[in-house]
Amino acid sequence: MTLTSCLILAGAVMAIGIYGLVTRKQAVAMLLSVELMANAANMVFAAYGHFRGGPSAQVFVLFALAITVAEVAVGLALVMLLYRRHGDTTVDLASEARQ
Amino acid sequence: MNFEFDLGFSVIAPIIVISALFVVRAKNLIHAVLWLGATLLGTAALYARLNAPFLAGVQVLTYVGGVVTLMIFGVMVTRRHEGIEAEASSEGSERGLIFAAAFFVLLSVVIWKTAPVIPNPAPIATSAQLARVLLDDYLIAFEALSLLLLAAIVGAVVLVRRKDPEAVTKLRQGSALPLVNEVES
Repeated sequence: MTLTSCLILAGAVMAIGIYGLVTRKQAVAMLLSVELMANAANMVFAAYGHFRGGPSAQVFVLFALAITVAEVAVGLALVMLLYRRHGDTTVDLASEARQ
Repeated sequence: MNFEFDLGFSVIAPIIVISALFVVRAKNLIHAVLWLGATLLGTAALYARLNAPFLAGVQVLTYVGGVVTLMIFGVMVTRRHEGIEAEASSEGSERGLIFAAAFFVLLSVVIWKTAPVIPNPAPIATSAQLARVLLDDYLIAFEALSLLLLAAIVGAVVLVRRKDPEAVTKLRQGSALPLVNEVES
């Protein structure tokens, strides 16, 4: 296991997350893809923390974890609003802000 | 650049990638959430492999225990029928695939060209060191983070409790959650 292999693994997960974000229509499924991408970023931090040393990288991962949890809470609240307003969670329904 | 064989990593990495693929391809949303749990558990194993046991524990507690549970809750509250299908749109599929593949290739080339070879991994950062740095060097950020969490929770509650005059959802038979509009009117 080298730093390069860890970074390429994180890049693969990030690319998969982008694919999911582009192809999915359901709001919850898009949130899942965003989770994958945040997870990939955390992997990069942890990999550098391992190979470069020092506890700072792990502290950044802890901060990123907390931010992700906050994001999920607000994101699910928006999904609930979307569902309440349109009876479905397809994000195409939320196009009224463009008018 | 030498790639020495590493059993732990060569088991963990395929688990992470394959379950991540299932997250974005699964037809059933509940299955997608459960595959995300598998991905996050694989990541926790990777953290343990990267000499970050505290991170692995926190990952299991908050992500697998908290976020996945919250996501399943979100799916179950917002689904109309049993076994809702989350179809991946067909017209955007090829575009998404090409875009993601191009992104991955670009990223791989950049990593391959620039990532330095570090022969000896650095000494392990212990949990005591982690705590000292977290509550000493990064104390301001730590407190700001607690404010962010508070704001996010209050914001989520305010968003969900708000009355929406244009709400179209009716209280369906068997729906577990009565809507605020109908409860209060």
